[in-house]
Amino acid sequence: MEYMIGLEIHCQLTGLASKLFCPCACNYRGSEPNANTCPVCLGLPGTLPLLNKKAVEFAGMISLALGCRIPDEIMFYRKNYFYPDLPKNFQLTQYNAYGITSIGVDGKLAYGEKSARIRLVQLEEDPGRLVYEGGSMEKSLYTLVDYNRAGVPLVEIVTEPDFTDPKDVRDFLNKITSIVEHLGICDTNLEGAVRCDANVSVAGGNRVEIKNVSSFADVEKALRYEMTRQKTMVSRDIEVKAETRHWDDARKVTKESRSKEEEQDYRYFPEPDVPSIELGGDFTKSLQRSMPELPDARKARFESMGLTPHVAAVLIDNKELADFFESAIKMHNSPKEIANWLVTDLMGFVDEKEKEAGHYLSGIKAGPAHIADLAKLVEAGTVNRATAKQILAQVVETGEMPSDIAKKTQVTRIDDAGALAQAVDAVFAAEPSAVADAKKNPAAANFLLGKVMQQTKGRADPKAALELIRKKLA
Amino acid sequence: MLYKLDAASVAKKVAGRELSSEEYIHQVLERIEKVEPKVNAFITVNKKAVEQARALDREIRDGKPAGPLAGVAVAVKDNISTKGIRTTCASRMLDDYVPPYDATVVRRLQDAGAIIVGKVNLDEFAMGSTTEFSRHGPTRNPWDISRVPGGSSGGSAASVAALECAVSLGSDTGGSVRCPASFCSVVGLKPTYGLVSRFGLVSYANSLEQVGPAGRTVADVATVLGVIAGFDEHDNTTAAGRPSYSAYKKRPLRVGLVKEFIEGADEQVVKIIRGAVDTLAKEGCACEETSLPSVKYALASYYTIAMAEASSNLSRYDNMRYGFESSPEGYEWNSYFSHARGNFGEEVKRRIITGSYVLSSGYYGKYYLKAQQARSIIRKELKSLFKKYDVLAGPTMPILPFKIGEKIDDPLKMYLVDVDTVVANLAGVPAISVPAGFAGGLPVGLQLMADEFCEQTLFDAAGMFEQAAGVRGSPDL
Ligand SMILES: [Zn+2]
Repeated sequence: MEYMIGLEIHCQLTGLASKLFCPCACNYRGSEPNANTCPVCLGLPGTLPLLNKKAVEFAGMISLALGCRIPDEIMFYRKNYFYPDLPKNFQLTQYNAYGITSIGVDGKLAYGEKSARIRLVQLEEDPGRLVYEGGSMEKSLYTLVDYNRAGVPLVEIVTEPDFTDPKDVRDFLNKITSIVEHLGICDTNLEGAVRCDANVSVAGGNRVEIKNVSSFADVEKALRYEMTRQKTMVSRDIEVKAETRHWDDARKVTKESRSKEEEQDYRYFPEPDVPSIELGGDFTKSLQRSMPELPDARKARFESMGLTPHVAAVLIDNKELADFFESAIKMHNSPKEIANWLVTDLMGFVDEKEKEAGHYLSGIKAGPAHIADLAKLVEAGTVNRATAKQILAQVVETGEMPSDIAKKTQVTRIDDAGALAQAVDAVFAAEPSAVADAKKNPAAANFLLGKVMQQTKGRADPKAALELIRKKLA
Repeated sequence: MLYKLDAASVAKKVAGRELSSEEYIHQVLERIEKVEPKVNAFITVNKKAVEQARALDREIRDGKPAGPLAGVAVAVKDNISTKGIRTTCASRMLDDYVPPYDATVVRRLQDAGAIIVGKVNLDEFAMGSTTEFSRHGPTRNPWDISRVPGGSSGGSAASVAALECAVSLGSDTGGSVRCPASFCSVVGLKPTYGLVSRFGLVSYANSLEQVGPAGRTVADVATVLGVIAGFDEHDNTTAAGRPSYSAYKKRPLRVGLVKEFIEGADEQVVKIIRGAVDTLAKEGCACEETSLPSVKYALASYYTIAMAEASSNLSRYDNMRYGFESSPEGYEWNSYFSHARGNFGEEVKRRIITGSYVLSSGYYGKYYLKAQQARSIIRKELKSLFKKYDVLAGPTMPILPFKIGEKIDDPLKMYLVDVDTVVANLAGVPAISVPAGFAGGLPVGLQLMADEFCEQTLFDAAGMFEQAAGVRGSPDL
């Protein structure tokens, strides 16, 4: 069955100091309810919006990163609707009509082998938050409103319905996450900093909107659920209604919206209090000059260091990992070794659930310095790989430096030829039948090696030990 | 009789310590108490005015430089935010609203030494031309208290005419300062759009309106404009720079009497206006008749844009965060909003509904966009006339002040009286109304318009006329 999926992604510009139209802090998290407000963001009579120009730059950077065209002039529009979380009962946003467009239009973003078209990128203000003390609207006697979030700059990215597979959506969202993290404009780990609405339809069927998906990780689940639901309906000849459904985070299902959302007429018109903003070619040019390195370019650079495309991709998909990698190679310039420790070994210690949520390094006490140190120990031959893995397990728990652990537990290799020879002699004495066996069959020497390693608690250099065993057998 | 002094005299005497502001303000407050039962210009009198005047006297005694409005009694329209003094917009919706901040113009007045004696009456949310649509009852014309003072800044003009303050601030969206200035025989100015900060002015139609001063002399109006005008970081629509103005300079200006403003006006008004233009000619101005054909689009364009913007601007009044005493208990939010918003007055409701209609999808292009197109035609035509003329003249109001209640039931007839004033708001240019004479004891105002940011030209023309014509005097109250 054919599906068409489109996305509407909201990213808060958490990298900014202040809100979109007033000096209140952009970071409202942790503030007392309604403490992070001022007359402007509360919409008090007589107040006027004061545009945060840095927000326009940030939105311009996203637009460029998504291959969008930036118009010469942008404007803000009022989207009029009544809702208690909206202090002015209109939202300042952008609108594409009458020859005016939002800050980015007609883009395209490649992810993996595929790509999706970007319809538009627009800059707008976040509303406040409704708080239900009973946990939900149904269980509360009243609703509290917190305007701390009201006016926080938000970038909305709207795609064309170019996705057919929820897995692709997941990859695309990972790419978007990585881009906004690389641009330094949004900390996607902050609760509510990124949100995604999706629309999905089966071939020939009506479009269903899924709202209220508060984490990118759940978008894939919500889509799978919704696709199965629609497929089942079609197979039973039931018409799929055009509707808005809400994602129930607890039960992991989409639900029919309780409040019937009427067809809204938002009565868009240009905001007279914010003069139109001239961007022009200079704006785009200077943005292009100041753009930080984007994921694709960084991946290419990592590959040029000798990393495989797969390893590079894993690092790039999560900016935290890529930054970790870059710090580590600054301390010990051995990209391949460090990348492998990071991607294959260190990741093994991270809880799958945390990884799912994009928290690749949460709970891990190993930093770039630890991995650099570990790689150095291995490369110098001070510890062997197997031992190094054991050390890493300990580092992750305690945060001690690998070289300290190695010294403390005396797992450093026996470099002393005399000590190694002593160990080999002891094994030969203890295992006469194995020695006889090995004289006939050279492959059996490995058994003796194992015994030597056991005797030395893994501290022997296996190569040197094997050489010594062979010499003694001959 | 200190309350009779104009702002220039008060400031000069207070600065020179010939007069104590405290004594003067005290007399002004007595005057207010005496005439208010007849005029009803004030909604709130500032209880701290005397105390503030005393503090100012002390500062001046201590050697602090005196500002250009030192000790002067100023009344402020009640849609301009004053920290700590309730700002009601003459609406039940804001009965209990006390702003936590001062409008930029208020702060600048205070920095210049002005003493705010109170907040004055207006049509609810500045929507009207008579000051009859007020929760606090109509303001009366001091020249004839059975008649309207004009609006919406009726309180601002009437308080100046009735000697309840030296100067005042009003707001002018489609003539709201000039109309009452004309009806009350005072000087009133609508500045260039973007010259004066709107931060703190409660929006009615933000693309059209400006805060403007009213006073008994052109010089006082120029002084107040000099204090309040100029760039404000709290208003993105203000132009750069802080201009200053001088009283007036006699110079031969090119004056165009706009034919369309004369046509259809009351004959008595026309006679006085033609006389006023003759006076300017005698002063050495080159005067001739000219034409602004696009005036015919002005009213439709103005009301469409103003109502559209108003419908959105007034959405915020849902009585959730501020407003008046009313418990939301037992309401679902939608029904609470409807319940609360039912408290708007009839005229405001009419404009919200009409404004919502012209913005609704399918009608936006037909009405709002078309109104904007008409607006740019008017602006273009006016701009080209300013290549030929320094000022354009006409009556401020096409009719004489009418009886209270006379037009209140006929909105369309009421809207028509704004025909001469809305042009300046649509084009964003400055316009002044200066007393031109009386017809049967009722005031007539001369309106002069100039090109953008040419306020000084207006002061020169109006000042010249004021000196030559000598239309002065105060009503008996
Ligand atoms: Zn704020």
